[in-house]
Amino acid sequence: MSSVPNKQGRFGAYGGRYVPETLMPALLELEQEYALVKKDRAFQSELAYYLKHYVGRPTSLYFAQRLTKRLGGAKIYLKREDLCHTGAHKINNAIGQGLLAQRMKKPRIIAETGAGQHGVATATVAAMFGLQCEIYMGTEDMQRQALNVFRMRLLGSTVTGVDAGSRTLKDAISEAMRDWTTNIRTTHYILGSVLGAHPYPMMIRDFQSIIGREARRQILAAEGRLPDCLIACVGGGSNAIGLFHAFIKDKKVKMIGVEAGGLGVASGKHAARFSGGKPGVLQGTMTYLLQDDDGQVNLTHSISAGLDYAAVGPEHSYLRDQGRAEYTSVTDDEAMTAFDLLAREEGIMPALESAHAIAHTIKVAAKMKKSQILVVNLSGRGDKDVQQIAKMRGIAL
Amino acid sequence: MTFRIDRTFARLRQAGEKALIAYVMAGDPSLKETEELVVELERAGVDIIELGVPFSDPIADGPVIQQAAERALRNGTSLRTIFPMITRLRSTTQVPLVLMAYYNNVYAFGPQRFCQEAVQAGVDGLIVPDMPLDEAGLFRGPAEAAGLQLIFLLAPTSTAERRTFVARQSQGFVYYVSLTGITGAKLRNVADVGKNVEKIKKITRVPVAVGFGVATPEDAANVAAIADGVIVGSAIVKQIAAHQQKPEMVKQVGEFVRSLKTAMRAAQPKLR
Repeated sequence: MSSVPNKQGRFGAYGGRYVPETLMPALLELEQEYALVKKDRAFQSELAYYLKHYVGRPTSLYFAQRLTKRLGGAKIYLKREDLCHTGAHKINNAIGQGLLAQRMKKPRIIAETGAGQHGVATATVAAMFGLQCEIYMGTEDMQRQALNVFRMRLLGSTVTGVDAGSRTLKDAISEAMRDWTTNIRTTHYILGSVLGAHPYPMMIRDFQSIIGREARRQILAAEGRLPDCLIACVGGGSNAIGLFHAFIKDKKVKMIGVEAGGLGVASGKHAARFSGGKPGVLQGTMTYLLQDDDGQVNLTHSISAGLDYAAVGPEHSYLRDQGRAEYTSVTDDEAMTAFDLLAREEGIMPALESAHAIAHTIKVAAKMKKSQILVVNLSGRGDKDVQQIAKMRGIAL
Repeated sequence: MTFRIDRTFARLRQAGEKALIAYVMAGDPSLKETEELVVELERAGVDIIELGVPFSDPIADGPVIQQAAERALRNGTSLRTIFPMITRLRSTTQVPLVLMAYYNNVYAFGPQRFCQEAVQAGVDGLIVPDMPLDEAGLFRGPAEAAGLQLIFLLAPTSTAERRTFVARQSQGFVYYVSLTGITGAKLRNVADVGKNVEKIKKITRVPVAVGFGVATPEDAANVAAIADGVIVGSAIVKQIAAHQQKPEMVKQVGEFVRSLKTAMRAAQPKLR
């Protein structure tokens, strides 16, 4: 498999740059600037400095002994991205793009957020670098993630509700793109996942690929060999691509992405793009997309705001077509069961997004041999979801 | 082969006039009314009509056109219903018709099938706001074969390199976006717009029309002084929305548009 994307930002048939002309020069500038910093030692060492001392990297690769015993199959290692500052992998990318925004002399940054994790990470980076920051968030998501809304405001960011369409992540991205189109000269858009127009899917993958580079080193140190299988949840897919990237050439390492099955793929209320979608263009990129026959984008559903999105990162579409990664889905209920299991067996509350990866782990671990090794990306911590879970269970806090 | 859009600009140039290009969302509030609106717009002095194809996620549009798309989608409007309407219209009017559609709608229809059926129905041109020239590959061959003109946009942020790249390949006209922003924003510095239009005109043979932010007869007159065409969208869609429940909606919109054309004519030096 050759290295992707190509110069046009293509991952095979996917990716590209489907944006209004107003944004094209900015994307070309970003591409050039990113190519420079990628090779720039000073930039890379500054990035490494913040990742170590501010984010707290490397995050540990933790052997989940009790979970392993309980499931009775493969050895399960958790890549603890939940231990990053702000509680999820999102900050790996936000720091990288924050440094880039400073280099491009853009005093203002904007971002979209679904679960609020990317919004909090961006608001945090904005505070630390002294940048003005506005976060777009669907009003439906603002309700289910009220705590994160408050956190962003405490960090000094403006949170702007988006009351269009499904009032979730997709609509927040559209609004952020409109803002960027309007304020392009002063503003850098810190997109939060491997979505959107080139160079975003490539650049964000690169910033997140530290997850897999660490995990690869750590598992070799712990077990003296590579894992048999990697599992990660896939909304846009940045935590998954971050884990997978360093292993792509290790053909024997199986890679599984877990999408949000919502109320079940048959119900139509889900975000399983690879089960119900087909290639199309949304928000700047060609990729698998949940849509109707006329090309209108379908409404999605997931218990997890961070997975509740109609399209998927273009590189995942490519990996899937190449047969290098496989994709599956778990339902809301399965994710909730996984949340409870991890909380009680390991004392770790996963984000509802990451609980999807755990739910699939439950399905496959028992079928694997005890000598086999699974690495699961625990992309975020579940504190942000506590209120939502209490509400679902009819408990007043 | 000659194109309706080219013939229209040629006729206007001879008459010493600028083109008024009006945008309406197909199916807002219904396709039947869109059909009536097209006829009325032409009667009111519109030279080229842009028909919006409603999309669920229109990233280049402000709230006015977003809401129009929502209304059109609610009553089931799609290319499958728009093409028959255009076929009907072609028995009564020869006004140039340009579709403004987002990439995914035309891609889902199939690039080749789209270009063929559009031209068969009587469509003259296509504008895809999220398809920069760089990504037009799938459409250029089929459009050329079918005789559909592909119109591309330039923006205030476009570099000299992109201006040359885009202006030389846009067909029918170049759509110059007056501002960095989305549809329905406020037009600001017309003098700056004029300077950029001049730069584009130096490198292309096709006319340059200016859109985004043109809302009033005064705006239309100012833009007519510096460009070959004036594109008005959100302001017209707003009129449709304001009068949508009333029987005189079509007439009201016609009157608004007439006021734009009158102002444009008054602002032109008399060549006749």
